[in-house]
Amino acid sequence: MHLLFKAAPVDSGDTAWIIVCTALVLLMTPGLAFFYAGMVRSKHALGMIMQSFVTIAIVSVTWVLVGYSLAFDHDAGFGLVGGLDLAGLTHAEVAVPGLHLTIPPLAFVAFQMMFAILTAALLSGASADRMRFGAFVTFIAIWSVVVYAPLAHWTWSPEGWLHQAGLLDFAGGTVVEICSGASALALALVIGPRRGWPREMMAPHNVPLTLLGAGLLWFGWIGFNAGSALSAGNLAASAALATHLSGVGGMIGWLVFEKRLTGKATTLGGASGAVAGLVAITPAAGFLSPLPALLLGTTAGVACLFGVRLKFRFRYDDSLDVVAVHYIGGVIGTLFIGLFAAAAVNPAVAHQGLVFGGGFTQLARQGVGVLAATAFAFTATYAIAWALRATIGLRVEPDEESEGLDSSQHAETAYEFTATSSLGRVSR
Amino acid sequence: MKLIVAIVKPFRVGDVRDALGDIGVRGLTVSDAQGYGRQGGHTEVYRGAEYQIDFVPKVRMEVLVDDVDASRVIETIVTAAKTGKIGDGKVWVQNVEEVVRVRTGERGPEAI
Repeated sequence: MHLLFKAAPVDSGDTAWIIVCTALVLLMTPGLAFFYAGMVRSKHALGMIMQSFVTIAIVSVTWVLVGYSLAFDHDAGFGLVGGLDLAGLTHAEVAVPGLHLTIPPLAFVAFQMMFAILTAALLSGASADRMRFGAFVTFIAIWSVVVYAPLAHWTWSPEGWLHQAGLLDFAGGTVVEICSGASALALALVIGPRRGWPREMMAPHNVPLTLLGAGLLWFGWIGFNAGSALSAGNLAASAALATHLSGVGGMIGWLVFEKRLTGKATTLGGASGAVAGLVAITPAAGFLSPLPALLLGTTAGVACLFGVRLKFRFRYDDSLDVVAVHYIGGVIGTLFIGLFAAAAVNPAVAHQGLVFGGGFTQLARQGVGVLAATAFAFTATYAIAWALRATIGLRVEPDEESEGLDSSQHAETAYEFTATSSLGRVSR
Repeated sequence: MKLIVAIVKPFRVGDVRDALGDIGVRGLTVSDAQGYGRQGGHTEVYRGAEYQIDFVPKVRMEVLVDDVDASRVIETIVTAAKTGKIGDGKVWVQNVEEVVRVRTGERGPEAI
């Protein structure tokens, strides 16, 4: 039945580029692991890294088995979810329904798989230092199928309802950023705060590790956004530059305001600002020219800096600020398309942004996308987390939390600094 | 004058410090320590091999006090550090011959 969609001829340049981008996006997840691990206390470092690493394994499997099909197969009804004909990738040699690709379908499958992995791994920042390893694995397997795949269908399948409602989302403002941010809030609310939060300081144990992770994320993000052109040409080049400039703007915006507010520009602030800018440009990379991209990044850097304060005001322990950076950054980027989308950058822009005289049409469509993605991701994630809490439980025991995830969940320690700590004996 | 030494679980340190602050103790020294008592150690696994780690991370807290304050400080530490589970630690007391405040040269209880 899929033979109805005749594949366009495969272009070797496009194919090579997308396979390289697949590797770039894969690298973002270990990058995220370091970014997060540096921000937690040393006793949780391996636990945090492991949650990102194991997400690569879990979500790759769920994606191949059903996730890809639910996202990109023919619509199963009302634009809400794809069918199951592509489950297990048994028919995946045929073209992707509705998309005119010049790359092999399996290259598209692999590229999109890396997005599903990274988005799921982002959630570990909200539940840092207190989620049982087994509970995390179970949660992320269910979440990738029930939340991520349908939302990807809504937005990126040509038969999805948000796509047909005219939402523009180049690389995942709704599917990746708003989705992970709103889900992170739900998870943080259900699992509850870390013991001692917000009274105890809980300072990052290794900021250089976080900066290394931010660097790897930045590097991979070029593939994330420019690869979303799904071709190697003008659009990819424009998206690559816009991505970089927004990251730059985010760093500048965050640092300038942090300096004004606290008197110091911190290294953690520099890394966070860059990530905020990169988050914000994700939906917009293929629709914005360079200067609007720089403005978007700067706006997001400042907004996310203030966003971090929300968790203290509203008392939810989103430990590593997934809501502040990914939700707020994602919303700003998604809406920015309605202001600055330019047909000169991407012929797919039917209604130019408000600033370029296109009126409110596109902005309204973007607003619908923001609301729909927020409502679905938050509610569905809340339900999954609540059900798991009621059955298998989400949290480690209090003394395991004090002991740290490294030792309690994995029987390892990240760092051996003292002579006495490695005086172990082989046990039988 | 007495030196009170307490070996406590790391995550109780904040509570002990707060409790001591509440009864007016104005100085405290802490250091990381490892050791074992009746609790024994824990197991770590590397490449499939299991290792028994005997030395459990603890925090050593030291407080200098005047003789009359000693029993109240000990009681406070014990109450704040207690979880009721094995491995809660120990507190002991030693006599101190002399104390000098470096900045002023004051000696004895004045220097505490």
